[in-house]
Parts: sequence; structure tokens; C-alpha cells
Amino acid sequence: MRYLPLTPDDRAEMLGVIGAGSIDDLFVDVPEAARLSGPVPGLPLRQTEMAVERHFANLARKNKAASDHPFFLGAGAYKHHVPASVDHLIQRGEFLTAYTPYQPEIAQGTLQVLFEFQSQVARLFGCDVANASMYDGSTACWEAIGMAGRVTRRSKAVLSSGLHPHYVSVAKTMARFTGDTLDTAMPSLDGTDMDRLIGAIDGETSCVVVQYPDVLGRIEDLSPLAAACQAAGALLIAVVTEPVALGAIKAPGEMGADIVVGEGQSLGVGLQFGGPYVGLFATRDKYVRQMPGRLCGETVDASGKRGYVLTLSTREQHIRREKATSNICTNSGLCALAFSIHMTLLGERGLRDLAALNHARAVQVAERLAAIPGVSLVNDSFFNEFTLTLPKPARGVVHELAAKGVLGGVSLGRLYPGEASLQHGLVIAVTEVASDGDIDALEQALKEVLA
Amino acid sequence: MTAPNTAGWRPEMGEAHSGDDATYTGNRALMLEERLIFEIGDTATTGVDLDPAPAAPSRLGGLARSTPIGLPGLSEPETVRHYTRLSRQNYAIDLGLFPLGSCTMKHNPRLNEAVARMKGFKDVHPLQPKETVQGALAVINELAHWLIKLTGMHAVAMTPKAGAHGELCGILCIKAALEARGDPRDVILVPESAHGTNPATAAFAGFRVENIPATPDGRVDLAALTARLGPDVAGVMITNPNTCGLFEPQMKEISEAVHAAGGFVYCDGANFNAIVGKVRPGDLGVDAMHINLHKTFSTPHGGGGPGSGPVVLSEALSPFAPLPYTARTADGVIHLIEEADAEEFEREHFGKPLNSFGRMTAFHGQMGMFTRALAYILSHGADGLKQVAEDAVLNANYVLRSLEGVLDAPFAHSGPCMHEALFTDHGFAEGFSTLDVAKGLIDEGFHPMTVYFPLVVHGAMLVEPTETESKAALDQFIGALRSVALRAKQGDPALKSAPHFAPRRRLDETQAARKPVLAWKGDLTGA
Repeated sequence: MRYLPLTPDDRAEMLGVIGAGSIDDLFVDVPEAARLSGPVPGLPLRQTEMAVERHFANLARKNKAASDHPFFLGAGAYKHHVPASVDHLIQRGEFLTAYTPYQPEIAQGTLQVLFEFQSQVARLFGCDVANASMYDGSTACWEAIGMAGRVTRRSKAVLSSGLHPHYVSVAKTMARFTGDTLDTAMPSLDGTDMDRLIGAIDGETSCVVVQYPDVLGRIEDLSPLAAACQAAGALLIAVVTEPVALGAIKAPGEMGADIVVGEGQSLGVGLQFGGPYVGLFATRDKYVRQMPGRLCGETVDASGKRGYVLTLSTREQHIRREKATSNICTNSGLCALAFSIHMTLLGERGLRDLAALNHARAVQVAERLAAIPGVSLVNDSFFNEFTLTLPKPARGVVHELAAKGVLGGVSLGRLYPGEASLQHGLVIAVTEVASDGDIDALEQALKEVLA
Repeated sequence: MTAPNTAGWRPEMGEAHSGDDATYTGNRALMLEERLIFEIGDTATTGVDLDPAPAAPSRLGGLARSTPIGLPGLSEPETVRHYTRLSRQNYAIDLGLFPLGSCTMKHNPRLNEAVARMKGFKDVHPLQPKETVQGALAVINELAHWLIKLTGMHAVAMTPKAGAHGELCGILCIKAALEARGDPRDVILVPESAHGTNPATAAFAGFRVENIPATPDGRVDLAALTARLGPDVAGVMITNPNTCGLFEPQMKEISEAVHAAGGFVYCDGANFNAIVGKVRPGDLGVDAMHINLHKTFSTPHGGGGPGSGPVVLSEALSPFAPLPYTARTADGVIHLIEEADAEEFEREHFGKPLNSFGRMTAFHGQMGMFTRALAYILSHGADGLKQVAEDAVLNANYVLRSLEGVLDAPFAHSGPCMHEALFTDHGFAEGFSTLDVAKGLIDEGFHPMTVYFPLVVHGAMLVEPTETESKAALDQFIGALRSVALRAKQGDPALKSAPHFAPRRRLDETQAARKPVLAWKGDLTGA
């Protein structure tokens, strides 16, 4: 077996050193009745590298890759062009095959990256401090709700109807077991529910959770909501599923959000059929000891040189066990690295230019599609993603577009099954990867499907 | 086109260091110091060329950004150099033996990386129509089949994002099953040697956590456990092989006792790599077990994630598994069962209402880890996986027996270990600790073992060599650890200040925690 260096002679010699007659003598603690005498029955045996590669190539061909088709899906995962150097750098073995930096003297590479990542995320979100990443945006969102409960010692969270429905589902799953109360609502195509949110805040409210831009792509000033939260002693949690947007629009922290979480997938990470992604989590300095997840901090070594370590670990499960702020152990280190490298390549100027390009193309596409008979644009405001209403249910339209080779968006019918008022809604994301030809193909295919 | 970067490479200027080993730059040949991106970059530089934005009206709702963000940019050559220099300050499996107990730092096959990067996997969106992602769904299904067969369990939940997330999944299945039968049990029993995630998970799910004592030979005390069982005990969380590196020989008796008392058995599968292909947890009465794909099945640890933690389930817990899941129907089509279709699908195919406890994450789990893990599994096959467990256990016992004369091995007398060997600081000279041995090993060119875990012995050193080390590598490591251990026993003062040859000396963790500096706070200019 190509991954196993021991030879039969090595094994015999080592058994001799151990004083064991056979390998099974080392498994004596496993009850004999449960011990398998041969390979697990009903499963294939070892294969060559070439055979395995061929198997996967065959499976990969059964998928329609985003880069091979006009592609306009978003709704929580976005396709952006990732510079070639990002993947090259994250495949360096010193990053790829390292572990959590528990021995900082020989992990300064990972630690400095985490410090830079935390600094980038904090700045992007307009916050004081960010952690070293979470699993993904949806779990970061739930963790933020949990943190707001610890800070305020209250247990009612008010969720915006514009929060991604899968994020709402995750929060509902967790709340069912922790006993938190969630105040939720279905989105409306007629406008956001800012008034409902402000009206729902009371003395029991731990937090209000609002997505920015929201799941339909709408952008709204969070300042009045932040003021209402502050007046009631509740925290405002903003959720950003498309961080590129913050190259064009105000940061949630600037508008008074207390915790900002997000999905970092759109920079560096790629689509990957949903994972692994990277959860972003930032807040105010004063709440840092209630934060979940790993944190990297600056310090000095014994000779006075600047260095970095994991810190404030008395919040974490390996120290606090059942009293920890979260059960999270791992972060999403390699994806955080990819995010950070992509952000470094962009820099502020590149991020702003990229955001401007995304927005301008999305505006153009929205205008063209809204001109198709029977189609109308839901959004007054948007960044690179907007919602259309179609003259027929959008779920079927998506399949018809796919049959024409166009990956044309995400239907609200898939995201909100059974919600009659939303079945005609189609969410379309337009990024820099959509070529003029792609846009022509989408417009033409949509016309044909709706004709 | 944007203007080229005119600032060029901006390394730190040297200071006049004193001492024999000082250099002008602070560098030492191949050991290159590297400043923060915030100190070498600026807001005007970019390493990406973009098409100009077409003319279009703004639809940003009056919320266009008006203040600077403060994000530094670097050109591509500067970026490549920055991260390459940083990478060289890391230890990694690719550089040498990485015996971090319980973490399973085995070789990461590069085939797995190549497969995960096929565009049919890396470049598909989680919400694409199912007919456009049949190959991706087939990977999830095929991996699920292997995990079920290898563990002898009934079903598997694929979405948990890491081991601790998998623990939560298993515990929520137990909680949902209890709720479904109207049973208010609220205590989870956890051995003292458990990973910290176990009690943290149980507490998060609203259970009260109680410790189970261990026997003097490092196993769960069955008599004490049985005595504690009762109508308030929802279940146990047992790590097997446990964190002392020992198999729990009475696992089946534990399961039977817990089941007889109406509880469920959660198994922390972090150490499944020691027994994969040798014994199936399903044959030992386990109800739920997470599998760290980044441990047993070699997906890269990446400096701290991403992980992946599918959970295999018994028949009793399967109905409560999270959404979404994949299912192949008789027509050969693989479905992704989400909230939209779950109720109808389960009624049609299973003839019962939906019992899932809900969704744990936005999408379908760690697809990029599924491709890698499946490539590893197919490469080994059922025969190779059995060899994996055998070689991992052989290597650990070789380390144990080669060092038990030098280092205190508290459980060595009770028989062989599994995949990891546990030592303590007993016998070190006054003032010398496990930490000193760890730092001494760094100077010898090794990553240290896991230290101070498990908590059940004093100054624990947990060595997990894994099956991907050659005998020559093991012999060198054994020699190095023996040498450092002898220095600790003899009280060599130089060991107290190790490491001497790493990129940094010991770091001041107290200062880091007392006055936290968690972000760069300076002002960036536009150069």
C-alpha cells in the first residue's frame, strides 16, 4: 500500500521489540467476538492511484460546473474569480499539513496569518475585534445569538425575515434544545420588515438578527435598528453572506451593529458544493471574553521578539469543559488562509474596484431582465444580487433553464417551500465572472422559458 | 488596467543589533523574518487586475461606503513572498513526524487534493438543481455507504462540519429521541479522560454533565457507571479507544447496561483510526459516533481546520438525523432531501412522518473533505484500512516499549496500547516539566506530542505516531525523546530555556492574555 512505509521485515522486527507474537496480540482488549478476522465484508479492496482518479473523473463529469455554464446562483454562496496564487499558497505543505498552533514557537506562520485575518475581518466589518474563524456563516450566526444571550442574560432573539432561511433553520434547531425563543417571519416581496423588528424589541430581547444585504438582495440602513436595540439593552447582530459587498456599502459596525458575522466563502474559498466554508465573527472589544472560537493575540518571546499565540483560551472547551462559551474546537484555518490571501491580493483598492464592477454589472442585468414581459424587479436597492418575480413558479423555471445549459439563479420556491406568495420569486446573483455572452444567454433562455 | 505598483518590495530596514549572532536584517540565512501585511502593504496597491466597471446608475440605497476600510494590498510577487516566508515558520507533517496524540497527524495523500480540485466538485454551487449535481451527490452517497459498512451502523448524518459539531449532532439525536417518547432524562455521563468538547457539547444541548471515574488501569469503571445509571440518565459519552490510548474492553457491557437503563450510548470516534477495519462500533452497541474525516481518513488539518464530522447512527436514532440528506431512489436518481421535500419523501419511502431534528448548517456539509476522504478510502480498500489500524497500533506500541524504561508509562503494565502511547512527568528533576520536554523536542526537529492531556495523569505526554511513519523515522524520534527525557531527569538547565533554534523562543502567553492585542490597530496610508 503506497501510503504505508512499514515493510513485512519491519513489522516482524518491531513485534519482536514489543514482545508480541502477532499483530492480533496488540488487539487483545477488543473482545474476540467483535474482532474481524479479515477485511470488512462487502467492501472493495485497495486500488491504484490511477483507478481512483478515473473513478472521480467519471463522477465529476456528471456535474455541471459553474465555470462551464452561464452561472447566476448566489443565496449564500457566490462565485468569484480566485487568483491562481491563492490555491498555490494554501497548498504549501507547511500550511496544508500543519495543525492548530498549540506550539507557537514552530507555528508562527499560521499564527501571524490568523492575526492578519482577524485584523482584516475586523476592519471589513467595522468592528474592534474578530476571531480566527468559525465553521461557516450559518453556525457563526447561531453562535452570535448564543453570545448575545450570555452578554444580556436574556433569551429572546428577533430574526429578520430577510435572514437566509437556512440560517433561520439552523437557529431554530439549536434554539429548540437550548430553550431560547426565536421571533421569526416569512419575507415579503413588498418590502423589508424593519418596522416589525423595531416593534418586537422588548425587555426580554437578547438580540435582533438582520442580514445585510438580505436574502433577496435588499440593502437597508441599520442605524435606526441599532438605536432601538441599544435603547432596550439588546444587541444588534448583522449577518453578511457576501463580504465583497462591503467594498461598496457601509460596514455594519459603522451603523452600530454589536456583533457582525458572515460567510467568507466568496473570497478565496470557492463554491465546493457548500463546504468547507469559513465563518467570520467580529464584535466590540468589551464583549471579547464572551466570544466563541479561537483567538490569536500578539505577544513577545523570551528574547523580546514580537510573536503570536492562541490566547484567552479560558473561554474554550479544552479548559472550561462544560462551562465553555461554545463547544467549538476546530476553526476553518485553511479557508481563513485562502480568504486572507485573496483579501491581501485585492487590498482596499482591489476590493472597492471589484465591488464596483459587481454592482454595475448586476444593475445592467437587472434592467435587462426586468424588461422581459411579465418579469419585474422586486428590489429598490441591491449590491450584486436581486430578486425577480416571474409570470410562473420559479422552481420549474430553474430546471428549464438548466436544461438549456444556463444555471440561472435560486428560486424562492426552493428556499421557502409552501409559501405561496414567494413561489414566483427568482434570486439572481451577478459577479465579475459573468461574461457578456453569459448575460446574453441568460436573457435569451429566460425569454424562451417564459414565452 | 490599473496602474502598476510603483512601491516595490518594502522589507523591514535593519537595526544595529549587538551580539555575535546579529545580522543587519534580523534574518538568518534561510530563516527570514516577515512583517505584517499592514506594515508592508498599503491601501493603494493591488495584486489583482480587473476590468473597469461599466457605466451604470448606483442602486445601493444611499448606503455607499464613504469611509476608508484600511485594508492593505500587495502585488502578486509580494503576496507570494509574504505567505511563502510565513509558511516556513511552521512545522508540518510534510516536514517530519508530528506525534500529536488524539489529533492523528498522518500523511495527507496528494491524490486527494487533486481529486477535490476537479472542477466538477470544487466549482459547483450547493443550490444547483439536482440533475446538474448527480456526481457530487454520488460522492456523498458512496462515502456514506463506506462509513456505514465500516462501523456496522444503520445510517449516517453527513452534514456536521467538524468533530465537535458531530458530537452535537449525536447528542441532539439522543435528545430528540427522548423527546419523542416523552422522556425527561437530563443527565449525560462523561469519563474524566474525555475530550473537553464532550462535556461542552452535552452542556450546550441542555444536559447536566456528571463525571464517571476511571479504574487504576485507565478504563471506565463499569461498576461505578452501572451504579449511577437510572431514570434521569439520558446517556453516556465514551471515547473508544479512550484518550489514554486504551481500548475499553467492556464497551459491550457498558452499552448493554446503559440500554437496559433506558439510555443511549454516544461514542467519541476521534480515535477510530486505531480500529478501522478491525472492529465495528455497531457490534459493540454504540448508538451514535462521529468520525473525524481529518483524523481517520487523512483530510488535511490545514493549520486548524476545516474538519468534517459525519455521525453514524443506530436504527433507534436514525429517524432523528438532521436535514438535508441524500437518498438514491429506484430510478437511480440521487435526491438531496431538504425541508422542501422531506415530509413528503419520508412518508412515501419510509411510510412515516418526518422526525428529523432539523438543520445544523446552511448547506450539505464539508463536500471538499468528502472527496478527499473517499479518495483515501478507495485507495486503501477494506484490506488497506485494516492494515492502517494495525500499523498505527504497531507503531504506538513500538514507541511505548522503546521508551517505557526512560519515561513513566502509567498504563504500560496493563497490556498493549492502541494507536497512542501515554507517558507522565514522574521522575523528572525538581523544577522540570512536560513543557520543557516538549520544547526540547522542538530543538530536535520534531513537533511535540500532546501535552497535559488527558487530565487523568500528571504532566501527560500523549504520543501518536500514526501508520504513515517509517521505522527509521520512529527510531530517530525515539532516540530524540529518550535524549530529551534524560535531560529532564538530570535537570539540564539548558532545557528550561528551549527551544533555542526555533523561529521564536518561548512566547509570553500571560502577557497575551492579560493585555490582549487581537488586531492591528494602526492607520494605513494610500502610500
